[in-house]
Amino acid sequence: MIEKIIISGFGGQGIMVLGQLLAYAGMIEGKAVSWIPSYGAEMRGGTANCSVVISDKDIPSPVVSEANTIFAFNSPSLEKFESRIIKGGLLFINSSLVKIMPTRKDIKVIKVPANDIANELGNMKVTNMVMLGAYIKAAKAVSVNSIIQALKKVLPPRRHNLIPLDEEALKKGAVFA
Amino acid sequence: MAAMKRLFGRPEALRDVPTHYCPGCPHGIVHRLIAEVIDELEIREKTIGIAPVGCAVLAYNYFNCDMQEAAHGRASAVATGIKRALPDSIVFSYQGDGDLASIGTAEIVHAAARGENITVIFINNAIYGMTGGQMAPTTLVGQRTTTCPDGRDPRLAGFPIRISEMLATLDGAVYIARASVHNISHLLKAKRCIKTAFQVQLNGEGFAMVEVLCACPTNWGLSAPEAMKWVEKNMIPYYPLWEIKPLLKEGVVRD
Amino acid sequence: MEERLLMKGNEALAEAAIRAGCRCFFGYPITPQNEIPEYMAKRMPQVGGVFLQAESEVSAINMVYGAAGAGVRAMTSSSSPGISLKQEGISYMAGAELPCVVVNVMRAGPGLGGIQAAQGDYFQATKGGGHGDYYTLVLAPGSVQEMMDLTFDAFDLADKYRNPVLILCDAILGQMMEPVELKDEFITQLQPKPWATVGAKGREPNVINSFYVSAEEQEEHNIKLFTKYQRMRNEEVRVETWRMEDAEIALVAYGTVSRIAKAAVELMRQEGIKAGLIRPITLFPFPEKTIHDLAFNVKAFSVIEMSMGQLVEDVRLAVKGVAPVKFYGTTGGRLPTPESIFQKAYELMNELTRGENGCYEKIIR
Repeated sequence: MIEKIIISGFGGQGIMVLGQLLAYAGMIEGKAVSWIPSYGAEMRGGTANCSVVISDKDIPSPVVSEANTIFAFNSPSLEKFESRIIKGGLLFINSSLVKIMPTRKDIKVIKVPANDIANELGNMKVTNMVMLGAYIKAAKAVSVNSIIQALKKVLPPRRHNLIPLDEEALKKGAVFA
Repeated sequence: MAAMKRLFGRPEALRDVPTHYCPGCPHGIVHRLIAEVIDELEIREKTIGIAPVGCAVLAYNYFNCDMQEAAHGRASAVATGIKRALPDSIVFSYQGDGDLASIGTAEIVHAAARGENITVIFINNAIYGMTGGQMAPTTLVGQRTTTCPDGRDPRLAGFPIRISEMLATLDGAVYIARASVHNISHLLKAKRCIKTAFQVQLNGEGFAMVEVLCACPTNWGLSAPEAMKWVEKNMIPYYPLWEIKPLLKEGVVRD
Repeated sequence: MEERLLMKGNEALAEAAIRAGCRCFFGYPITPQNEIPEYMAKRMPQVGGVFLQAESEVSAINMVYGAAGAGVRAMTSSSSPGISLKQEGISYMAGAELPCVVVNVMRAGPGLGGIQAAQGDYFQATKGGGHGDYYTLVLAPGSVQEMMDLTFDAFDLADKYRNPVLILCDAILGQMMEPVELKDEFITQLQPKPWATVGAKGREPNVINSFYVSAEEQEEHNIKLFTKYQRMRNEEVRVETWRMEDAEIALVAYGTVSRIAKAAVELMRQEGIKAGLIRPITLFPFPEKTIHDLAFNVKAFSVIEMSMGQLVEDVRLAVKGVAPVKFYGTTGGRLPTPESIFQKAYELMNELTRGENGCYEKIIR
């Protein structure tokens, strides 16, 4: 198994943290993992993306040119990365924000109204977790349990009180897979 | 015969070797003043000096203490590195006007701004000596050098920098003085300034610098006595002899 | 007890430096290495060390000069344009025989360049870099784990040879997170440095200097330096060869590119092309002998770099004409892909076998 993921959206949507959670969860499960952020001149609200590789064997290249899975948190992300999904790969779209339609017919598209659900849950910070819930259910690359453990590593202690809400968001997202 | 009292001798902090300086050059005088101060404060064994690039590049051969030779203009950065690594040591840099006031302005300004607890001896002789008499940042308006052969023209080459006044505006600079060694009475005052600058460091108070006005008879094209007079007549009016006293915490000037 | 952590390359490197006994860090902000000074600003006070943000890269390296001369393990880091500024100090330290570690998290160039990963500083790093006759040891990590391990080694090598050691990595390695095994080892006792300027108590003064008035003295000094560099060539070469046992084509790459090249090797193997990878870990000293020896076993070399071709020159010098050496590069901060490396290598193998048996023709896609 080698899972190559690109996660893309606006800065502030929890893109980087989502990638780190996946990498941490993979590591907790004893897999080889890597995480590479995009970066640019520091700017609030700019576009952000990161790539994650999770593998049973050593990872030859942490650089993802073709991905099994793409997360598009906004329309520019969809436009930029749709062509980089392998045939039969997964595309997760945050349908609360992305109003354009994907053009590929050879991939599986999963639409998640992540902002709306996070809003219902009362905290926009869990938007990324809603998307992640759908991914875990569909791809089965890491377990929910590993993600919960990873949250304890990635979140600063003062944010640990959010973990139950994160779990709730994962469940709500899983419904869409 | 009664035991004779020793009135004069070579300071321990100065090595017993002839210097390479030109006849009439005050570098040797300033070296000696520093060495006397080091002896008087009994700090030779914990002192690290920094030689610059310029005429004093070989200063490491003359001071009888640990020495580092720095790249041109970087002496106060090197001093910072040493002092931060060894906070209990005494660190002084010895820099000329090209070194400190031209290529090393960033280093000296920021060392002063940080209040780096070091002692800087700044030799201002208004010319580049070692490279053969080119214009320095401190060359006076109208003064002839090999790169301003008709005299420094401020329309082309700007104005000489009063570095001490500039540094004195920085909060981290605790003690700044300008002295001269063109005659005995000034030489003794210069020594007092140098001693204060080391004392400031020993007290852990912050950045201290003494600018010493010096002659360069060779590159000025003057005899040694003429050169000393030139300092008095031309340099001191532009570079007034002056001292800012360390402030006590309450903001009171200490005598 | 070893701890497994997910760390960014820059942070792993900084933590390794702390554990290797580095107690003075002087830096200046520049992307993509900012995590190193930021980490040091937090971590140095915890171990009683010095973190100082200098006014420029030039000042930072000269502060390293001072601290290294005072016998302390000292380090600075920067990225390409900043490393150019540090060359003055690096040359002085090579001349004055001062140990230090300099990290270059490479970005694109020339000039201000882009902030994406690149490898255009290879020549600067491996051929001295500043003025005068000298070399620095150059270590090229290929993973976050190696960012950590090689940093640990860098301080030992610097002290062993009294010479600057350069860690040459790139923006990807610096920014990337991978799991690392954190050695539970803290170096607190260093080998004595009797040459250091710490105050001449009960001994003759020490002088840190790179200035020699007479040509004869300078020559003698330079010959001594080069004896040291020869010893590095004899003792310190490190290289990884991967799937080279039966390889007909050898890819040569270092750093991030070596990882992408590994994926390309796997692609080629899937297509029946016997490919392998040679990954220099020390760029100076260069693994000349390994490459020369392998030249007799392969049909060709394909050198892959994120530059317009720098490492390729050293490979050609090592191969000495025994086999063809081709170059494939990306520049400006663009990364090669395993697919593009595959394509280039594949075209090369076709070219070489055309007229013989054309064995690679059949797998044209």
